[in-house]
Amino acid sequence: MSEQNGEIRIGFYVCHCGHNIANIVDVAAVARYVAGLPHVVVSREYKYMCSDPGQELLRQDIHDHRLNRIVVASCSPLLHEQTFRTATAKAGVNPFYFQMVNIRENVSWVHEDPAEATLKARDLARAAVRRVAAHKALQPKTVSINPDVLVVGGGIAGIHAALTLANAGKKVTLVERAPTIGGHMAMFDKTFPTLDCAACILTPKMSAVKNHPNITLWTYAEVTKVDGFVGNYTVTVKHKPRYVKEDLCVGCLECIDACVYKEAKVPDEFNRGLGKRKPIYIPFPQATPQVVLIDPETCIAVKSGKCKRTCVEKCDRLAIDLDQKESFDEITVGTIILATGFKTFDPKRVSYYGYGRYPNVYISLEAERLINASGPTSGELILRDGRRPKTVGIVHCVGSRDKNTHRWCSRTCCMYSLKLAHLLKEHSGAEVYNFYIDIRAAGKAYEEFYDKLLEENVHFIRGRVAEVTDWAVIPEEEGKLIIRVEDTMIGVVRRIPVDMVVLAVGMEPQSDAQEVRRLFNISCSTEGFFLERHPKLAPVDTFTDGIFIAGACQGPKDIPDSVAQAGAAAAQALMLIDSGEIKLEPNTAYLTEQNCSGCKSCINLCPYHAISYLDDKHRASINEALCKGCGTCVASCPSGAIHQNLFEDEEIYSEIDGLLAERSPESTAV
Amino acid sequence: MDRQQTSDSSGTWQPKIIAFFCNWCTYTAADLAGVSRMKHDSHFRIIRVMCSGRVDPQFVIDAFARGADGVLIGGCHPGDCHYMEGNYKALRRFHLLSRMLMSMGIEQDRFRLEWISASEGEKVRTVINDMVRRIRALGPLRLPAGLAELDGELKTREEEILHV
Repeated sequence: MSEQNGEIRIGFYVCHCGHNIANIVDVAAVARYVAGLPHVVVSREYKYMCSDPGQELLRQDIHDHRLNRIVVASCSPLLHEQTFRTATAKAGVNPFYFQMVNIRENVSWVHEDPAEATLKARDLARAAVRRVAAHKALQPKTVSINPDVLVVGGGIAGIHAALTLANAGKKVTLVERAPTIGGHMAMFDKTFPTLDCAACILTPKMSAVKNHPNITLWTYAEVTKVDGFVGNYTVTVKHKPRYVKEDLCVGCLECIDACVYKEAKVPDEFNRGLGKRKPIYIPFPQATPQVVLIDPETCIAVKSGKCKRTCVEKCDRLAIDLDQKESFDEITVGTIILATGFKTFDPKRVSYYGYGRYPNVYISLEAERLINASGPTSGELILRDGRRPKTVGIVHCVGSRDKNTHRWCSRTCCMYSLKLAHLLKEHSGAEVYNFYIDIRAAGKAYEEFYDKLLEENVHFIRGRVAEVTDWAVIPEEEGKLIIRVEDTMIGVVRRIPVDMVVLAVGMEPQSDAQEVRRLFNISCSTEGFFLERHPKLAPVDTFTDGIFIAGACQGPKDIPDSVAQAGAAAAQALMLIDSGEIKLEPNTAYLTEQNCSGCKSCINLCPYHAISYLDDKHRASINEALCKGCGTCVASCPSGAIHQNLFEDEEIYSEIDGLLAERSPESTAV
Repeated sequence: MDRQQTSDSSGTWQPKIIAFFCNWCTYTAADLAGVSRMKHDSHFRIIRVMCSGRVDPQFVIDAFARGADGVLIGGCHPGDCHYMEGNYKALRRFHLLSRMLMSMGIEQDRFRLEWISASEGEKVRTVINDMVRRIRALGPLRLPAGLAELDGELKTREEEILHV
């Protein structure tokens, strides 16, 4: 046991957290109880320990009472451990002489009986008081940081983050798995509430990414492996074969004209299958980079080799390489920003809306492409059956706010539905009906946009649509799609015949979000979006240091919010980079050599190869620089020769002992 | 070692469960249960470790010896470990230790390993409520008297050896 000043003098503080803790836990009783424990010199309760006066109280007590150990019983250490360690250090005590007790998340928020909660708070406090006595003074490990950054995902969030960092002089590698950057935003026609054209505001940023000297843009590429830790990540990137040499192609598109397919026959992904492309194609006119690619599934030459290869002949820059194989690159970066975006809800899961059954049922992204001037119909609103709609119904909350699919509100659908209502009406003069549960127009100038729509004579019917059907019961419904809905404003079930249905599909996590999360060693929240370190105070951080998240991969978000988050993530990365070095938690393992029997059982347990065997000494040796501090080797050493800083055996035994120790008579009288 | 019996204000016996939760998944899940105000039984106490792989079998034995009626280890799901494979190490030890505890007369329901990810606040509640219910049904852990005899025997042998 390390005793800095000979004698252990503990200060204990229990926080009310306003009413959050004090309403359930009898904080005064806890403070009184702890005051009677060995080594405790000061035991207080305070309204908000994390506030300035709370921290000042701590500092003053350390000074006045010569405290050398601090225990604070408040919220989760994942929230405020750092705050109190810093406060402890500021008062001249080693920050690792601090221990935190979680009596909010683990007690007052989850238990209802005040007596039980108070008892539990006391047990936890007693354990911490015993533990802190066993603490040792430690120094945080510092490591240098590689200033280069990896951004994964080339949607608006990834683009904005990459440009922000690159403009700050950092080298950025932007990896996008599609053949072009731009993401979902590139598919939109116009953006709410300003109605400025999505391409007009996005494509300059796409070009800026391509041309920026500090950005390496890798499209049609995926991250396959991530090693290392904050400041020093090694990332493997797979380049999928485009069958076109990216450095040689200038995007003249002559190869596409030369393709043996005279007509475009393959459904075009960018236009959601509403248009057609050839096996050799460019996703859309402003695709960045301006490089064609070949789809190996449909290209005759790649598939069977039996083709005249007119495209190869046509390309005088010899850019087409039908034998191209996937290749790999390894890069080292210090920080990573994940901006991998979202997926739209698949409306086939709600078969009663008829998507896939009735050709004139569309999802919102398809509607965007239909009204886009560069879309498959050049902006003419022509339906799959060739008709022009006279009435359009927009069904809100498809795959959102629904216990059978997704419970969350996707936040963007109300606004984009209003936008689509405006644009569809503008393009076709059709009558437009919105079927909504609530209109959620929270955002700058959003409510005003809704007001404008009301004045444009767009119809609003409040009610969740029950069904879309083609089963006509009256002559006026013949040949139409009928939307069945309870109009909850008038309490009547209505049947509204329309020519076109647009399903306002919600946003959900990417289908491979779980794999990506594992790759980068981060977590997902319950709904499957990436989990932020703290929902309010650390919204772009993750639990893995040096990895940040931005945009809709963290949760449904519109463009302004995605851009704001991307900026925040870039700022977080810059903060790490510009501080020059990173302080790491000193929870590494170390060895007392004289106790090591040289049994080697720890060597293979370490996933980081931090333990080696010294043949000359017949002992193990731990490289603390490589150790990440899991403590697995500590738990398995049969000789008790390995220890872990911050989680010493003695510290954990004191905690167990403290939790189970005899309770004083006072405790049973709660 | 003296075992303390816990009772609540009305005098009924209440179980004591020690829960070792890994920092990255299960401890975070317990925080999430808190933030989501998911009420659950209070008769467990969490000890935070960085990884379930850090849980030394001796911690578990020590907890039982000092009066715990149950021990729960919570770690990341297989494949999700923050330290790549610490949870697999925990699993290996768990199986071995379970058998050992059973041979000591400690029922299987008293020792449990659960994979709870950071998003599974609800699972924290379910697992804890379920474990408390099972241990309530078992009643307080009474370490078999045979162990005390064994202790005595060991002590005698030790003294014999020392005196030789």
